[in-house]
Amino acid sequence: MKILVAIKRVVDYNVRVQVKPDGSGVATDGVKMSINPFDEIAIEEALRIKEQGKADEVVVVTIGNSDSQQQLRTAMAMGADRAVLVETDSAVQPLQAAQVLLKIIEEEQPGLVITGKQAIDDDNNQTPQMLATLWNRPQATFASQVEFTGDNKLNVTREVDAGLETIQVELPAVVSTDLRLNEPRFVKLPDIMKAKRKPLETKVLADVAPDLQGQMIEVLSHEAPQPRSKGVMVESVDELINILKDKGLVG
Amino acid sequence: MSKVLILAEHNGDTINQSTAKVLTAAKQLGADTIDVVLFANNAELAAQLATLAGINEVKFVASADNHDQLAASIAPAIAEMGKDYSHVWGPSTTFGKDVMPRVAALLGVNQVSDIMEIIDANTFKRPIYAGNAIITVKTDTPQIVATVRTASFAADKSTDGNATVSEHALSTAAEHTSFVELSSGNSDRPDLQTASKVISGGRGVGSEENFEIVYNLADKIGAATGASRAAVDAGYVPNDMQVGQTGKIIAPDLYMCFGISGAIQHLTGIKDAGTIVAINKDGDAPIFEVADVGLVGDLFKIIPEMMEKL
Ligand SMILES: Cc1cc2nc3c(=O)[nH]c(=O)nc-3n(C[C@H](O)[C@H](O)[C@H](O)COP(=O)(O)OP(=O)(O)OC[C@H]3O[C@@H](n4cnc5c(N)ncnc54)[C@H](O)[C@@H]3O)c2cc1C
Ligand SMILES: Nc1ncnc2c1ncn2[C@@H]1O[C@H](COP(=O)(O)O)[C@@H](O)[C@H]1O
Repeated sequence: MKILVAIKRVVDYNVRVQVKPDGSGVATDGVKMSINPFDEIAIEEALRIKEQGKADEVVVVTIGNSDSQQQLRTAMAMGADRAVLVETDSAVQPLQAAQVLLKIIEEEQPGLVITGKQAIDDDNNQTPQMLATLWNRPQATFASQVEFTGDNKLNVTREVDAGLETIQVELPAVVSTDLRLNEPRFVKLPDIMKAKRKPLETKVLADVAPDLQGQMIEVLSHEAPQPRSKGVMVESVDELINILKDKGLVG
Repeated sequence: MSKVLILAEHNGDTINQSTAKVLTAAKQLGADTIDVVLFANNAELAAQLATLAGINEVKFVASADNHDQLAASIAPAIAEMGKDYSHVWGPSTTFGKDVMPRVAALLGVNQVSDIMEIIDANTFKRPIYAGNAIITVKTDTPQIVATVRTASFAADKSTDGNATVSEHALSTAAEHTSFVELSSGNSDRPDLQTASKVISGGRGVGSEENFEIVYNLADKIGAATGASRAAVDAGYVPNDMQVGQTGKIIAPDLYMCFGISGAIQHLTGIKDAGTIVAINKDGDAPIFEVADVGLVGDLFKIIPEMMEKL
């Protein structure tokens, strides 16, 4: 079985993103870029499944500009076998990303697709659900545990508001990862060297998916969030309790 | 002319407050008609919904089982009904996030995720980068599919509604997906997402046993309990207590946290809280930058003292 992992290059999660003064976007010049953290978990899960002998190839794919090659190389240094870059200089939105990923699925015929649950730049949390819909296959979103049941099915434990939900899906399926699914491995230097020789295929988006459907949502402006008003520091529990009582927050 | 279809959420016994929050958002849109679609096997739930004022019709889709709310099963039904509406909205809870993008894909549109403010029927504000930036977006597709950020809207509290209830059958149950089980770390404490007071603990609490003092303080003041991701990851508390970007986004009147450093992914979850109180032994912890009231000190001394004095 082949596993396809979809990853996105995003501003590193440790960066405190700033809105540009003119509201045209967020400042990304010179900012550290990384694999979306949920996608790193997706890669790790695919590698573990392969290491258990349940898959024989892990292919990573991204839709993005040519700089995204860095993140694909990192994914291969982690252990992915090969990579596909669907190159475009314009941003894609989830419905369009899902259509492009579907084309790659049609080509690659994976038995399982693993994605992150959410890209931490736009925080959309849509692409995997849309991909599963267009592909007409099951989805198991927000996965914290993935288990093969032996009959070409997966039991997936999902992190939901009420606790942990387990669902069973037939393969092929789309699984989106939550943080507790695993802890991604660190990349070692020799692996980075090795990854340079692994195959990275670049395709042009317009060739892969010449007939993208659906309108893009228009972004009119960016603004910084409302700052909270400055708080006070107190020195004692008594002072704290007095403030809470004044505000009517405790009896 | 806005016509809104809202996806209702429930736990089998009661309608989730997220539904009343989406209703508030739909009213702000100045909608002409607001209908709600409910998937459940319990007609009592449809009756509950019908009492919310402003709902025209409750479309009750009888399901075999209350757990039969799998996205793959219900999204086609919502999308089919949704064709008659200008807006098809759900809550940005894990339920809504799972289902609504499928509805959007079936209707051929991108979804507006996490609406936090309504400018007009086509223009909305939503957070990106874990709330570090807010964007204003515009879309004029025949259906606007969206999730509503529940922490940004108060629940509609009306009880004098008299919506009509229509019955429908679910003909799109998915063959390839089935529900197995739900295990919840449920407690008798108030629900984290709707509580007016929340007390939470982080890695600084140190262990599952130590969390007892956090629970005790919560019980003393009638608060729900929450936690940082680090506390969940370390196994101190169950995952449904996690607050933040990837946990619950909450807006209680009082949020009091002990031993939480204030990582931006955590702050995303609490920035709509009325009063944030932080107790941390490190005076430089970033949580103090957002706290309304801060106290530097050891939580193992402060909590017992609070227990005594409250
Ligand atoms: C993609 C992504 C998503 C994430 N989503 C979330 C999320 O939804 N929610 C979330 O919370 N985190 C999330 N995180 C993790 C986040 O980055 C932090 O790692 C986490 O919030 C830290 O938790 P903490 O504050 O409990 O632990 P720490 O950062 O370790 O802080 C512990 C604090 O306790 C204090 N302390 C220790 N002992 C005491 C004592 N005796 N008395 C008083 N204070 C004490 C210390 O001074 C310290 O400030 C996410 C991370 C990523 C990458
Ligand atoms: N441009 C992209 N290229 C490849 N995968 C993507 C892209 N955008 C989103 N994804 C995948 O879809 C997941 C959810 O993204 P989103 O719906 O944008 O929050 C991500 O974690 C990725 O796995």
